[in-house]
Amino acid sequence: MDRIVKNRIILEFDGRPENVSLSRVTVAALATQLSVTISELEEIKVATSEAVSNAIIHGYQNNPEKTVRLVCTLYEDWLEVEVKDEGVGIKDIKQALQPAFSSDPERMGLGFVFMQSFMDEVVVDSKVNLGTTVTLRKKISGSGVKNKAVS
Amino acid sequence: MTHILQNKNDTLVVKVVGELDMLTAQEFRETVEKAMSGALVRNMIIDLDKAGFIDSSGIGVILGRYRKIKAQNGVMVLWGMNENIKRILEMSGILSFIPFCSSEKESWEIIAKKAFKGA
Repeated sequence: MDRIVKNRIILEFDGRPENVSLSRVTVAALATQLSVTISELEEIKVATSEAVSNAIIHGYQNNPEKTVRLVCTLYEDWLEVEVKDEGVGIKDIKQALQPAFSSDPERMGLGFVFMQSFMDEVVVDSKVNLGTTVTLRKKISGSGVKNKAVS
Repeated sequence: MTHILQNKNDTLVVKVVGELDMLTAQEFRETVEKAMSGALVRNMIIDLDKAGFIDSSGIGVILGRYRKIKAQNGVMVLWGMNENIKRILEMSGILSFIPFCSSEKESWEIIAKKAFKGA
C-alpha cells in the first residue's frame, strides 16, 4: 500500500441526521481527487453514510449535541475514512458485525454489511462508554475520471 | 422528499425524490403513516424513479411499511430504481420478497394480479 498522503480533511459535526448527507457528499467530493469510477463513488457514499448513521444512532443514541469526527485521507490509490464517536461503544463487536443484528426493529443490521461489501477493509475499534472508531479503506482502481462533479 | 401522489383503489402511491437516508427516512415514515391513518390503504406503490440515493436507513423504512402492508394481506410494489439503488436493494435481500418493476403502469398490473389471487 502506498502510504504517501495526497490529501486529508478533518470534519467535526453535530450528531444530527442532516449531517449524514453532508458527510458522505464531502467524502465523495474529496474522493474525486483520485481516479474513482461513478460506481466506486456510490459505494464510498453508502459506506460513509452507514458509518456516520451508526455513530449518531447507536454511538450517541440520537443525541444531536454530541460531536462526530470524520477524517478522510487520500493516498496514491487508497481512500481511508475514519468515523469516530465518543458514545456508548459496542459491547460485542463480533455480534454487531452480524448481518441480522440490529437493536432497532426497522433496521436490518445492514450497515456493516454494506460497509464490508463496498470497502476493502473495515476496522472497528470500540470501548464501552468511551466510543467507537470505524475505519473504512478502499482501494481505488484508477480507472475512473478525476475531478468529476459530485451531486 | 416523500410525496403522496394518490390513494386510489385502496392503493397508496408514494414518490421518493432525492435521497432516502436517516434524515429523509424519518420524513418518509411520518408522511406515509399520516396518509395510512387517514384513509383505507391496503396496497402501496413506491415510486423510486427520482430517487438518487439509498442506504440501510432508507431500506429499513421501506421494510417497516412492507411489514404493515403484508400484515393486512396487501401488496407492495417498488418501481423506477436506478442501477445503484437496485444493486443496494438486491444486496439487502428485500427484492427477494418485494416485487419490483420499471413503470407505474406495471406496478398497478402486479397489484391487480396479486390482489386478485388474494395476495
